[in-house]
Amino acid sequence: MSVETAARQDETVPAPGQPLLDVADLVVRYGRGRKAAAAPAAVDGVSFSIRPGETVGLVGESGSGKSTIGKAILGLEKCSGGSIRYNGTDVTHASAARRRELGGELRAVFQDPNSSLNPRQTIGASLAEPLRIRGVAAGEARQRAEDMLVRVGLPREAVDRYPGQFSGGQRQRIAVARALICEPRLVVCDEAVSALDLSTQAQVLNLLADLRDERGLSYLFIAHDISVVQFLAQRVVVLYRGQVMESGPAAAVTESPHHPFTQALVAASPVPRPAEQAERRQKREALGVRTAAAAAAAPGGCPFSQRCPLATDLCRTERPVLRTVGASAVACHYA
Amino acid sequence: MIPSVAPAPVAADAEDTATNAVTDTTAGARPGRRPRTAFAGLFSRRLSARRLVASPGAVAGITWLVALVVASLTAPWWLPYKTEDQDFTAVLSGPTAAHWLGTDELGRDLLSRICAAAAGTLGTSLITVIVGVGLGTILAMVAAAGVRTEGVISRATEIMMSLPGTVIILAVIGAVGTNIPVIMAILGVLISAGIYRVMLGQATALQSQLYVDAAKVDGVSALGISMRHVLPGLSNTIVVQSALIFAVGMLIQAGLAFIGFGPPIPQPSWGGMIQGASQHVYDAPWLMVPTGAVLALTVLAANAIGNALGKSPNASASHLPSAAERRRRAAASAVASPEAPAVPSPSGRLSVRGLSVGVDGGTPLVTDVSFDVGQGTVLGLVGESGCGKTMTALSLLGLLPSGVAVTGGQILWDGRNLAGAPEGVMEGVRGRDIALISQEPMRALDPMFTVGYQLVSTVRRLRGIGKAEARAEALGLLEKVGIVDAARILRTYPHQISGGMAQRVAIALALSGRPRLLVADEPTTALDVTVQAEILSLLRTLVKDTGLSVVMVTHDLGVVADICDTVAVMYAGQVVESGRTANILDNPRHPYTLALLAADPHANTAADMPERLATINGQVPQPKDWPGGCRFMARCQFAGSACVAPVPLVPSGSDDGVVRCVKADELAVEGLEWVATDVPGHRVLDVRSGDIPSGDIPSGDMRSRDNVERDKA
Repeated sequence: MSVETAARQDETVPAPGQPLLDVADLVVRYGRGRKAAAAPAAVDGVSFSIRPGETVGLVGESGSGKSTIGKAILGLEKCSGGSIRYNGTDVTHASAARRRELGGELRAVFQDPNSSLNPRQTIGASLAEPLRIRGVAAGEARQRAEDMLVRVGLPREAVDRYPGQFSGGQRQRIAVARALICEPRLVVCDEAVSALDLSTQAQVLNLLADLRDERGLSYLFIAHDISVVQFLAQRVVVLYRGQVMESGPAAAVTESPHHPFTQALVAASPVPRPAEQAERRQKREALGVRTAAAAAAAPGGCPFSQRCPLATDLCRTERPVLRTVGASAVACHYA
Repeated sequence: MIPSVAPAPVAADAEDTATNAVTDTTAGARPGRRPRTAFAGLFSRRLSARRLVASPGAVAGITWLVALVVASLTAPWWLPYKTEDQDFTAVLSGPTAAHWLGTDELGRDLLSRICAAAAGTLGTSLITVIVGVGLGTILAMVAAAGVRTEGVISRATEIMMSLPGTVIILAVIGAVGTNIPVIMAILGVLISAGIYRVMLGQATALQSQLYVDAAKVDGVSALGISMRHVLPGLSNTIVVQSALIFAVGMLIQAGLAFIGFGPPIPQPSWGGMIQGASQHVYDAPWLMVPTGAVLALTVLAANAIGNALGKSPNASASHLPSAAERRRRAAASAVASPEAPAVPSPSGRLSVRGLSVGVDGGTPLVTDVSFDVGQGTVLGLVGESGCGKTMTALSLLGLLPSGVAVTGGQILWDGRNLAGAPEGVMEGVRGRDIALISQEPMRALDPMFTVGYQLVSTVRRLRGIGKAEARAEALGLLEKVGIVDAARILRTYPHQISGGMAQRVAIALALSGRPRLLVADEPTTALDVTVQAEILSLLRTLVKDTGLSVVMVTHDLGVVADICDTVAVMYAGQVVESGRTANILDNPRHPYTLALLAADPHANTAADMPERLATINGQVPQPKDWPGGCRFMARCQFAGSACVAPVPLVPSGSDDGVVRCVKADELAVEGLEWVATDVPGHRVLDVRSGDIPSGDIPSGDMRSRDNVERDKA
């Protein structure tokens, strides 16, 4: 988190209290050349950190750059600026070989359980792949794949089946098994449960929570649904158009949001209690946040100023910096 | 060699060695290790022989090619003549007992010469296939792996495609003479540019799959990804292209021999024989027939095999049933639905009574569903996927997917029974009385036309008004759905607007026939929560201002709480509980509703978020596995012996609510809660193995049903 910039100064010696992952001023632009430089960056100066055993939630609308940040951390997207440090080592532009070494510690669970497993490979082959390229023998890899399947609640025999033979929830468990098979320390979960039904979603969320408690894992939990995030995350980072709007402890961000965008996001998430939902709806309508359609990019100013009911000329001309408000850090002139 | 089979083993071998190389370089050499898993069954499974056998053309083609190759290779043992034997007593003869296919101008036996030439022709054509398809595929895989290399390779292939192929071939012949294998290899190189183009698109699509990302995170090298995750996906195209290029190679080879660039003179070749025959086309027309026919049949055989392999298994299954099929089905279901006199229902009121929907084969998907939607009210149909809520919604519009039909019950609308109504009646109802908005707004809009064109033409079709009037109406509709700059939006194409805007346009499109009932199938699922809230507000305003009724299909209990007046909770094709929204959500009577609420993280705030969410063990049973008794029994925490018998819907005691649970009263009295499994997962998994039940992994036909359900969405 950017509030902890001071901790980042120490570059060389991994201190005991140092974050497992430290993202500083990350910038990602799509495309190349002059056109890309002119377009607004997909990720624009995002900073946060994850401590060992901690879960950080990354929340935002579609197009807010949350998945791009996950991809940049995993090395699937090139960074245009800033740095990503894993366990004290700079991996911003790490070579493929270096990434391969990290691959075991830094893993991912992707959104779509239908396409995150190769339909032409057996489950066993998919699970064994990361082990095999690290030199684990075939027999042992298979054994570990079977054990991992049992751990995520699937039968051993699943190892010889193909992804098409499983339901969405089961496939997502397999994806979790695949991520955890080489004892990672940090798992990037990119919308890992948003394609699942309620009851399966709860099963996978519980599984992720159990595994975290069992193995001291850290998660970067990327989701558009703030309610799902607050189940797992200790801290939440709220993004809008590639910039951090607010970050802080999960309870603080969801219970008493300071940034108008976070307020709109929390208020828009419907609760299954009709009377309470009616109240929330009135509150949301009272907020007066304008629709996304009316918003155009605001270069130089606050990215949310076009939709913000509180916006003034200051907001349209000067980009607010993150500052501490209560337990959170908020990027708003009027928080 | 047999073309249809030959490319597969060759390619598989190549992959095997290549994969060995890949894994060895990445993980250090470990001799004796075979990457069994990656390719095991690849070709056999994806390109199953079944597809070949299913096509009579392909069977004939394979038979012909096999026969030709066998005849050619065994020719010395059974043919009565050598290729050079001249029989001057029978020059240019037709078919005789001595010469079955006749003789040429030197009295040489045609059958012998055709057979002798066959192996060479087929073999050298195979060179073109291997070089052309192999090179094209490798280039495509390399290009798909990187943006820069793609640029370089694409420019290079563009240059290659602009070169005059015939001239190059003739130049090569001038340089190296009529060395057929070399010529065919050069031809392969020329053809590879085209193959590259075909393969590149597919390879790029495969590279963007999430499992490729996952493999990259694993640390799999670019080569490993190409070989293990991209190549298998290309195998189908490779085999199809091989069969077609094989035929092309044969024709070009014959053409070259015809103009004199075939094998050296005494050696027989099909092209050379046709050339010889062409000089006697007036005095001995028969001479052309055997060689020409054999060449034509061989090319046809290769094409037939290519066609059979290339045919997608589902190519014939259309998204919507044909008109004839719908008429037939309508007639069938009209018979199926009980001929009870349609109770005249008040205008603008939908009354569904005992609706059943099933696959033509007999498997029911929805059974005995009843609900009412009064004018100006919103009914929520809620449940997990596979519970039949979308099928129920689509049956209201007569839009059930192919192979699925209403098998019983009534859909009463304006005093008419729409269940099994003929297509003509449904056409009058759809859009005008009952309209649909779907989950993916982009699917409702045609990307080829502007929003304005689509909206204006729909308004004109549904209301029969003039163009100018319709345009004004379209503007009005867009303003009605909360679009501020309607005039600009009318001029845009669907891809130029955001998802939320597209859903507003889709709603405007649905409203263009002034429907009185809107069927909304997960209208906000694909949208951001902030946009969802706006769309729900819009729907609420429309309901309030215009008296529109809405059937809202959703899996989100929060959406139900927000907008629905009444709700029907569906599980495994049945309504398990229905009534007023406040009653159902605040005081659920059915264990399934209770469990859904307990599993919903939205039901909790960060402060009181439980350590573990409640879960429902297992999954929604497939229709073929529905038990005779309570369908939720296997997953229910409160199930008892009474649940084995069929459970009727009984009044739940609050307003006009009904519930389908024998223990509803008991549960209400005891105030039971659906408990979260508070034991860490690994300790309950053994118990939970009913969860991923052995042999209960959905079988193929069930998945196809899932597909049906997804498709129609």
